[in-house]
Amino acid sequence: MTAPDSLSRYGSSARPAPYPLFYPPPPPVDQVAVEERAASLGKRSLKKGAKVAGLKLAVRMMDLTTLEGKDTPGKVRAMCRKALLPLDSDPSIGPCAAVCVYPNLVPVARAALAGSAVKVASVATAFPSGQSPLDVKLADVRRAVELGADEIDMVIDRGAMLSGDYAKVFDEIAATKEACGKAHLKVILETGELGSYDVVRKASEIGIAAGGDFIKTSTGKVQPAATPPVTLVMLEAIRDHYYATGRRIGMKPAGGVRTAKQSLHYLVLVKETLGDAWLTPDLFRFGASALLNDVLMQIEKEKTGAYQASEDFSKD
Amino acid sequence: MTTRRTLEKERTETETENGTALPDGASRSMTHAEGANGFDPAARLSVAKAYKMFVGGAFVRSESGRYFQVRGEADGNADPDVVNVPRGSRKDARDAVLAAKGAADSWAARTAFNRGQILYRLAEVMESRREELQTALERGGVSGAEASREVATAIDRAVYYAGFCDKFQALVATSNPVAGPHFGFSVPEPMGVVAVVAPQRPALLGLVSTVLPVLAGANTCVVVAGTDDPRTAVVWCECLATSDLPGGVVNVLTGQASEIAPHLAKHREVFAMDVWSADADLRAAVEREGSGNVKRVRTHDESDAAKLTGETGQGLGFIERFLETKTVWHPVGV
Amino acid sequence: MSGEITKSGDDALALDFGRAWEYAPAPEATDHVTIAPRHELFVGGKWVAPRSGKYFDTINPATEDKLAEVAEADERDVDDAVQAARRAYDRVWSKMPGKERAKYVFRIARALQEKARELAIVESLDGGKPIKESRDVDLPLAAAHFFYHAGWADKLDYAFHGRAWRPLGVAGQIIPWNFPLLMAAWKIAPAIACGNTVVLKPAETTPLTALLLARIVEEAGLPPGVVNVVTGAGATGAALASHPGVDKVAFTGSTDVGKRIQRAVAGTKKKLTLELGGKAANVVFADAPLDQAVEGIVNGIYFNQGHVCCAGSRLLVEESVHDLVVRKLTDRIATLRVGDPLDKNTDVGAINSKMQLDKIRQLVAAGEEEGAERHTAPCALPSRGYFFPPTFFTGVAQSSRIAREEIFGPVLSVLTFRTPDEAIEKANNTMYGLSAGIWTDKGAKIFWMAQRLKAGVVWGNTYNKFDPSSPFGGYKESGFGREGGRQGLSAYTELA
Repeated sequence: MTAPDSLSRYGSSARPAPYPLFYPPPPPVDQVAVEERAASLGKRSLKKGAKVAGLKLAVRMMDLTTLEGKDTPGKVRAMCRKALLPLDSDPSIGPCAAVCVYPNLVPVARAALAGSAVKVASVATAFPSGQSPLDVKLADVRRAVELGADEIDMVIDRGAMLSGDYAKVFDEIAATKEACGKAHLKVILETGELGSYDVVRKASEIGIAAGGDFIKTSTGKVQPAATPPVTLVMLEAIRDHYYATGRRIGMKPAGGVRTAKQSLHYLVLVKETLGDAWLTPDLFRFGASALLNDVLMQIEKEKTGAYQASEDFSKD
Repeated sequence: MTTRRTLEKERTETETENGTALPDGASRSMTHAEGANGFDPAARLSVAKAYKMFVGGAFVRSESGRYFQVRGEADGNADPDVVNVPRGSRKDARDAVLAAKGAADSWAARTAFNRGQILYRLAEVMESRREELQTALERGGVSGAEASREVATAIDRAVYYAGFCDKFQALVATSNPVAGPHFGFSVPEPMGVVAVVAPQRPALLGLVSTVLPVLAGANTCVVVAGTDDPRTAVVWCECLATSDLPGGVVNVLTGQASEIAPHLAKHREVFAMDVWSADADLRAAVEREGSGNVKRVRTHDESDAAKLTGETGQGLGFIERFLETKTVWHPVGV
Repeated sequence: MSGEITKSGDDALALDFGRAWEYAPAPEATDHVTIAPRHELFVGGKWVAPRSGKYFDTINPATEDKLAEVAEADERDVDDAVQAARRAYDRVWSKMPGKERAKYVFRIARALQEKARELAIVESLDGGKPIKESRDVDLPLAAAHFFYHAGWADKLDYAFHGRAWRPLGVAGQIIPWNFPLLMAAWKIAPAIACGNTVVLKPAETTPLTALLLARIVEEAGLPPGVVNVVTGAGATGAALASHPGVDKVAFTGSTDVGKRIQRAVAGTKKKLTLELGGKAANVVFADAPLDQAVEGIVNGIYFNQGHVCCAGSRLLVEESVHDLVVRKLTDRIATLRVGDPLDKNTDVGAINSKMQLDKIRQLVAAGEEEGAERHTAPCALPSRGYFFPPTFFTGVAQSSRIAREEIFGPVLSVLTFRTPDEAIEKANNTMYGLSAGIWTDKGAKIFWMAQRLKAGVVWGNTYNKFDPSSPFGGYKESGFGREGGRQGLSAYTELA
């Protein structure tokens, strides 16, 4: 870290665009102000048509997720059915953007979703901790892609991030991107372990520069997971990258988004930070499992004018 | 002459009591005029002092060339019966404000501890020039005993404000418990150039009581010392000049407050005024003209000056009057 | 460029804040609020007709519709009010123990909370400010000011380092139209907590919430005459300020009027505090958290349509990040929602009056004539009512009118600086000194700047924050005296 050369060290020549590790440094983030801004966007009042339109958009942006040790083919098939047709009574709703599963269940999901536009996403890279050797992590990725995953949700090495070995973080992401081939790469920062928005911002920039198509907040296994302010910080990184390069990176808050109201808050964040171009499943996803039913309940409530009962919605 | 002799006698007695009488003839005789015992060929003509205003650390005459005369009353020493004192003008006031303005930033930038050291040095110098200050007051018509008390109080007051320079901030500043994730505090700051129309009496204590709190608050000032006893003011300026006070921090004009003060009131570099005057019209005029730049104007009737002699003549309030409050907010976050 | 509206984001990279997902109208329900068609004066605890029998209209600036008519107090009415205040002072209020006074003031605070929504709606109707601001800022702060000062009423012996204090007597208080209820709270709460009685003169374009506050005072059972409200225009205010029975004048408003009041009280024994205009510098360094700084810039100038004395109306941005900040700002103001003040999603409401709108237009025209480049949010404005789109100018010279004069509207002047010294020089190069902002990630620089800025309130990495515990007020021609905090109490007390 003393010679100028090492200041711009970035992986091997085979890898994508250089990430300038130390210059210019990422802009600092003021915690209080960013939380204030995120909260203020939560006060947008969304009524009637705007609410329904937002909720329907949220459904189409959902990565319906199950990531448990007890996951079975049956569970995954049921979830896939829900992703394809979230509400039997209203085929205009959905489908969801993707289902997100462990690699072993990718073939099940692939089969269940055959012929549909719903993507299969798989977590990989020694999810959720990422604490395995790189070759193991890359093998994990390659196998998931071979098994039929359209999208890979990787985890960054938070230990490397927090110990200052940004080159390692960068290199692993770049290598994973290479291993993905045509599959889209979502880079999970696990923001709940990064300690501050400054580190989130820096990790976002590394994830983007190293080739991530999306940056994603969380595995869902660590609290706090997605929050509006941490999402805003990541959206700002995406915006600055867009300003600098014209390239649009996607965003995926995951974990902790459970209610329709929350999902609208996130959509407002996107709408007022990045604008119309990002209001699409191609560039914004929700990683969630419990969210869908609440969104469906609220859509039904708007349609019928009556508050809904949770038992009326299938719990897949 | 009769008056002078009488007072001279009293003074000598006082000094004898204190054991500080000057050696006879050392600097006493003032002229070679023929006395009761005829012409004294051994008499020495003393060197009279030219009284000047104190601006920018220098002693200056009025740019206008005008003067007024003050008659000596108690004096067997240096002064002739009548002395000529500069009659400060509008332009002198302008120059004084420029000097005060020029000194303001560096005076305010010093540490409060350093300002305290300088004011303490002033007290030391005043103590060493006690005789001179007392004589000046006596010439101005104050009895020896009163003059002695006034000088003592004035010196003690200088010590008082010296010790206040690095204390008042802690008393007037606040940490503001705002309802949110912010750290807020309010601190005192100097206003900048403060113009003081000093009370005519008490001549020395009036100056010390009005000017020193302004200095302690890290302001610089332009002072109109008035016409009643300008000599005491000038002697005090000599104390200022020989303490470590940087030039321009205090600028003292002699002359008529009614002539000079309205110009100071209109002056846009003067941010505050402290007017001690029996002249109600002058007080009102300063308040009115001060509105031009929203000046902070304090006015006091002559009767208020009487309070300066006692404990009521000093305190935190004297400093606080010429402080601004600056409130600072900052988020608390990581 | 003169007259031409340009947008520096007119390139392929400009973000598109279009119609992909539109918010539906979200009007605040107003069916629970009724505004009486006619309002009398509140004098001596009674609602009295003006002696002249004259009334003036107060209108909704967002629709230009008449809301109500309001009594116009002349000098006779002012005299009645001052006498009522004097009686209340002499007979009751100055003799009442602090702990009892405190409870009355607490009652007012509580009632403000209970009636908050109604008051917020009337505030937005009468003054044009967005409901989200009157609901989330004006009302909570107004209630907080009464709560805060209520608690001081029986603790004033601690407030002045042991110095003896006494109330001043009758306070004549004249307040502006930008924060009608909040300014009434800033004035009344410390005054009555310290044992004074008051005669309040609200601004003529926004009298309604002060009258609702008077109703609260009445319902709280305050002794008659402790709080009096006389409505009217400049002549009413002048009569109040010059009334010989007034011991204290407190004014918030323009520097011009403040100077006139200062002249008017010259030679009297009246105590005076003034909270006047501003032209605050909001200084953004290259090392700032820029996205948050942009929020601070937006909040600094577009909050309350820029009708804010401490508005950050001069943006001083370090030259190396000027273009980036301008790009971000251009995109950001495209998201501002301008329109119906009662819509819960409105960010920028109506300009308070036709007169103010004309003044803003005039200064904006001056900015264009002087060659500055205008950037205006691409928003549609309602066809009725007084509206002005969020606007900023780049290429502004320090000598330009829009860099020197208070516009009091949603119009920002952007200037650049190269070094911290230059930032200070430009920031302080104004007759005003109310507030300033600093944006940098470097702590030492915050303090360095904060020490040198000649301003009564300095916001570091934030802007337009207010709190009753935090003294507010200006340097130089932004006035003197402080409101809020322990320091604010001395505006309403005489100290030994």
